Amino acid sequence: MLKEALEKIEEQAGAELASVSDAKQLEEIRVKFLGKKGELTAILKQMGGLSAEERPVIGQLANKVRADIEEKIEKRKNELKDELLSKKLREEVLDVTLPGKTRKIGKLHPLTTVLNEVKDIFVGMGFDIVDGPEVETDHYCFEALNMPKSHPARDTQDTFYINENVVLRTQTSSVQIRTMENRKPPIRIISPGRVYRCDTVDATHSPLFHQIEGLVIDKGITMADLCGTLELLMKRLYGDDCKIRLRPHHFPYTEPSAEVDVMCYNCNGEGCSLCKNEGYIELLGAGMVHPKVLEGCGIDPNEYSGFAFGVGLERIVMRRFGITDMRMLYENDLRFLEQF
Amino acid sequence: MDLSMKWLGDYVKVDEPIKKFCYDITMSGSKVERYETEGEEITNVVVGKVLSVEPHQDSDHLVVCQVDVGKGEPIQIVTGAANIHGGEIVPVALDGSTLPKGIKIKKGKLRGVESNGMLCSLGELGLTVHDFPYAIEDGIFVLETEEGCEEFTLGQDIREAIGFNDTSVEFEITSNRPDCMSVIGLAREAAVTFGVPLNVKAPSYKGVDGDITKDLSVEVKNTKLCNRYAAAVVKNVKIKTSPLWMRERLRACGVRPINNLVDITNYVMLEYGHPMHAFDLRYVEGNSIVVRNAEKGEKITTLDGIERELSEEMLVICDAKKPVAVAGVMGGEYSGIMDDTTTVVFEAACFDGASVRTTAKKLGMRTDASSRFEKGLDAKNCYDALMRACELVEMLGAGEVLNTTIDCDYSDKAPKTVKFDSEWINKFLGTDIPESDMVKYLNDLGFEIKDGNAVVPNWRIDIECGSDLAEEVARIYGYNNITPTIIKGVANAKLTPAQKYAKKLENTMLAIGCNEIATYSFISPKYFDKIRLPENSALRKTVVITNPLGEDTSVMRTTAIPSMCEVLARNYNYRNAEAMLYEIGNEYIPVEGQELPDEPSRLTIGMYGADIDFFDMKGAVDEILSEMGIYDYDIAACTDDSVFGEATAFHPGRCAVVTKNGVAIAIFGELHPETLENYEIGVKAYVAKLNVPEMMSVSETEKTYKPLPKFPATTRDLSVVCDDTIPVATLEKAIKKAVGNTLEKVTLFDVYKGSQITEGKKSVSFSISMRSHDGTLTDEQADAAMKRVLKALAEFGAEIRA
Repeated sequence: MLKEALEKIEEQAGAELASVSDAKQLEEIRVKFLGKKGELTAILKQMGGLSAEERPVIGQLANKVRADIEEKIEKRKNELKDELLSKKLREEVLDVTLPGKTRKIGKLHPLTTVLNEVKDIFVGMGFDIVDGPEVETDHYCFEALNMPKSHPARDTQDTFYINENVVLRTQTSSVQIRTMENRKPPIRIISPGRVYRCDTVDATHSPLFHQIEGLVIDKGITMADLCGTLELLMKRLYGDDCKIRLRPHHFPYTEPSAEVDVMCYNCNGEGCSLCKNEGYIELLGAGMVHPKVLEGCGIDPNEYSGFAFGVGLERIVMRRFGITDMRMLYENDLRFLEQF
Repeated sequence: MDLSMKWLGDYVKVDEPIKKFCYDITMSGSKVERYETEGEEITNVVVGKVLSVEPHQDSDHLVVCQVDVGKGEPIQIVTGAANIHGGEIVPVALDGSTLPKGIKIKKGKLRGVESNGMLCSLGELGLTVHDFPYAIEDGIFVLETEEGCEEFTLGQDIREAIGFNDTSVEFEITSNRPDCMSVIGLAREAAVTFGVPLNVKAPSYKGVDGDITKDLSVEVKNTKLCNRYAAAVVKNVKIKTSPLWMRERLRACGVRPINNLVDITNYVMLEYGHPMHAFDLRYVEGNSIVVRNAEKGEKITTLDGIERELSEEMLVICDAKKPVAVAGVMGGEYSGIMDDTTTVVFEAACFDGASVRTTAKKLGMRTDASSRFEKGLDAKNCYDALMRACELVEMLGAGEVLNTTIDCDYSDKAPKTVKFDSEWINKFLGTDIPESDMVKYLNDLGFEIKDGNAVVPNWRIDIECGSDLAEEVARIYGYNNITPTIIKGVANAKLTPAQKYAKKLENTMLAIGCNEIATYSFISPKYFDKIRLPENSALRKTVVITNPLGEDTSVMRTTAIPSMCEVLARNYNYRNAEAMLYEIGNEYIPVEGQELPDEPSRLTIGMYGADIDFFDMKGAVDEILSEMGIYDYDIAACTDDSVFGEATAFHPGRCAVVTKNGVAIAIFGELHPETLENYEIGVKAYVAKLNVPEMMSVSETEKTYKPLPKFPATTRDLSVVCDDTIPVATLEKAIKKAVGNTLEKVTLFDVYKGSQITEGKKSVSFSISMRSHDGTLTDEQADAAMKRVLKALAEFGAEIRA
């Protein structure tokens, strides 16, 4: 009798639970079946009338029914929670293709981007960065670099003059001289900065541009070291498969002197319109510091040797980003600046 | 320097394709810029003979020719030229031939008559009458067999037949190698580069008996500026066209043939690298040549017909009365060769390079000669050049050369020697080149190795020391055969404090959202007017460029603000709706008693846009300063006597100056409406300038951890009404002082003017947050603080808002 009643309760509870749709109904069911005045309690109250043999059996059954119902309620509760959550998630679906809310971050000028890269490469190789004046004396810009006033090599650097003795520096080599006068070897520096030449503005010329010059002075510095340093610089800048070549050249302040070409990335050395059919693009000048220059700075050329190099930043930047007109760099049009 | 490959072939035989020749000689130090083969575009044009000429039935001006082109049957060609009558040898463009400028010739019909090609004029082949003086400009190029040339073969390729097949190679010769500005110099380089022998013979001539001193006397008064002056006299000169081979070579080297005498001087200049001059003896008054400095006020009319005033440091060649040439630069008006010249004086002299350079520069005329002399030429070579010219005169039958010459030689003839130390060279280069190889390279280049010394050949004016020899060895060994190594030794690199500060500033600017710009350091003095600087402004005292490209770039900027305004204007003009820009750049400030100006670093910021106002700029400045370690600075409205000279650029009521410990570090504000108008900026724009070194001097870079608060803060809001003229910062300062050390933060949350507030007054609301590290503040403590605040504010006439 009681057994059937218990089974019926369990069945009934199961049925009612299935149709429950919120937490409140669920609680009502719990109270209805399991509560102090609930149906199961009512049955348990009748247990007194049972025989000693029946009592444990029914008791056990009653406990099982209670446990089952509790489990079902818990299960249903979780189901309801899940349903609720998925319903909420469904409602909260966004069109993720709508535009994001951005916080604008500024952009470096492409010249600075590449300059920073070059600086990092050299600081990593143990070079200090040294600055010097842009308005410079003729002495530091030319004379100390083995270019006396009547030297024909001055023609290759058309100079802006402030007066007879003061110029706008045509190269940052002036900083090298100042450094050699002030520091004792070993010296490892780069001097980046603005330089000036009387070149009319066009796609590949600007009266103001940037140079990065390097100088290494120590005992036993060789031309092979110069080759190694430049090779490393170019590989860091352009990747490991970049090829360079050194070509004899002349600068009054270095001996031997070299111009350094990088293999044209467009034709791999075959020759194309970009490299004017040469297969290589001229990138920088370099050489072993001339003994006269060392001597002039109070460094004994018999004890020390060194190398120097200079590279135009604009040229690297233009090559890097495929910029074909140098004027863009100084135009500062946002539509240009924001591309980098 | 353009080089004729045929000419080079006189001295050295290089069997390499032209591309390889150019690459290899570039890599050994003589850089090839480009090369060009003459007549390259001409194909299928041959030598033909006009057999007969018949009139064209349908045309008055066309004729029908039968032309033998060496293929048995003659071909028929119709031409309109008037100078063809039959029997002429002519260039014939056959069917399917090409001519310069991509012109293609095909057979066709002219007024119904078949024509199987074209008879060519000089122009159609890309030539001029300078190349073939016997031919005519408008008409068919009728070939003539020239003296010393072979008869034409019908059917022969025209380029070969007229020597229009030379390859011209353009070299970029560096200023230290004037010896390579010559055929012989380049031949020597080619010989060493390709390991082939060099065949240079000393020039010589027979001459006719005669004592030159009877025709000419030479006196060198300044032997320092002219260390050798050699002269030869040619009599019975016959001015005519130079032979074909000479004209060909001159043309390939980019020199226009003129006549035999002039061509000889040019030929020798190209071959030996030494400029020569030829005087007509008739115009050398007193038959005497004096080399001296010009006298004050002396004048000369040069070959180009311009009268030039000379100065005392200039060297001139004079006759008995007047200067006849500016030494090493240009001859005088009547000094050249004329058609009726009968007696010529050849001059080959060696002038001081620096002096020629200064003179040419001062007179504003750089000539081919001066650009060679200024590099420093070799005194021995100068005599060889003279001999070569005499030799050529005889070879060309251009006149009779006297067998005596004048040679005033003051040059130092002791050969230069440089210590040769192969071990040092290897150590210096980082190589392992055997000494015997080094000796071979140097010998091939003309050096003689004797007793541990290298005797420098006379033509190498550039060799002075051991590293010069190292370069010679390295370039012939091959720069790219040196195995690269990494620098030995350790070096500690670090950024200086200023560099670190600049880097941090850069990062801050990007975080704020500004794009970096790069502007010129030189500006136009007119820019000062655009930013409304008063006439007497100290900023108008600039570093001035004496030879600027134009006014726009003629003075070094003393303020970076106009550059920023310029860029704002440009972007506005380009219709970029909004801009936030910055630049870290120098200003150039002349300092009394200092040779060089100061170059302080400045940060400029510029902004405009629909959502941008004064407080965006102020906020940006605040953020930058705090990020850069500057706290408790003062911001005040800019006054007329501001240390910032550019204050006039700004709206007088919307401009502020930041100071810290009395150091002015920044100015910022809205641009003055007139400034905006001057730059044609149609919206409000904001600019700031921050002095970077000054910022650094007051910045606190070290940071120390402060324990997080243990006790809650107490916040009280306060609204007061005060005169509109009282700056909020004044009230804020008073509040801070009144609260004392329990003050955490004062935040302004409202400023109100309008109804309910008396005119001329404003309501200002602050939120005041207080906190103690010793315990939670009691209401009493907070109330007491607020009482102090009200009392302090009352001093400025501020009362609590009802």
